[in-house]
Amino acid sequence: MTHAIFVWSAYGVAAALLIGLLLASLRGLRKQEAELEAADEGGRRRRNRP
Amino acid sequence: MHRFANPARFQRLAGAVLPWSAAATIGLFAAGLWFALFSSPPDYQQGETVRIMYVHVPSAWMAMFVYANLAIAGAVGLVWKHPLADLAAKAIAPIGATFTALCLITGSLWGQPMWGTWWVWDARLTSVLILLFLFLGHIALTNAFDDATRGSRAAAVLALVGAVNLPIIKFSVDWWNTLHQPASITRLDAPAVHPAMLTPLLLMALAFFAYFITVAILRIRAEIAARKLRTLRIAQSVDTPAVPAGRRA
Repeated sequence: MTHAIFVWSAYGVAAALLIGLLLASLRGLRKQEAELEAADEGGRRRRNRP
Repeated sequence: MHRFANPARFQRLAGAVLPWSAAATIGLFAAGLWFALFSSPPDYQQGETVRIMYVHVPSAWMAMFVYANLAIAGAVGLVWKHPLADLAAKAIAPIGATFTALCLITGSLWGQPMWGTWWVWDARLTSVLILLFLFLGHIALTNAFDDATRGSRAAAVLALVGAVNLPIIKFSVDWWNTLHQPASITRLDAPAVHPAMLTPLLLMALAFFAYFITVAILRIRAEIAARKLRTLRIAQSVDTPAVPAGRRA
């Protein structure tokens, strides 16, 4: 393939950016949900304390 | 539209859409990449570099589409103060910035073998570079204030002012003498692209769109969780009785 380096570089950059953003978004969602659950649990425990 | 601005209703709708958009992203990328890399012919002028267009053009379309949505979300947030509009704008701005960066990088990778240069200060290229700065400015402004509402308001104003750049990008190739070629798909008459090349282009465009829906849902959910967390922490700090000064250790 002529100009293969340009074609594969374009697809490589596209894959890196799109997969990177997807993984960062997934990690961000999991982190926020875990923190929310922990805070919720902490609040519940505090409310139930005699 | 107003009905879906409720975060709880959005969560229900997003939960139903997410598996389908994720499956569509995988399926459309698989089909699109097959046609783009293996099944479609090389162009008689561009040769194999035409394959770069199957990433470059959809990313350019999506960059403009995401910015239009950013401006709409900004307007809705400013005018109606919908709780979801600011969160949606904050969530989609990095996706738009990614599409714009991808458009510029793949354009450079195509420009070097075809034009003999990585970059020219041509009206189309420059206006797309400004679009990237608008996205980055939006991200920076949203996070620049301690008060999230003030940050969202400032970013919404920037998004609305920057919307003037969209017609400039679209018509830059008609209004000025540019190295960039004019529109070949979105023309009033038939597209000037052979169906063998139009198929991978449209499949990849649909794949990019499905990807945007999937990632936008994930990011908006994360923003909703972050806002709930902030509210919960404020409520907990109010509930916690202050320790009298004399009893402090």
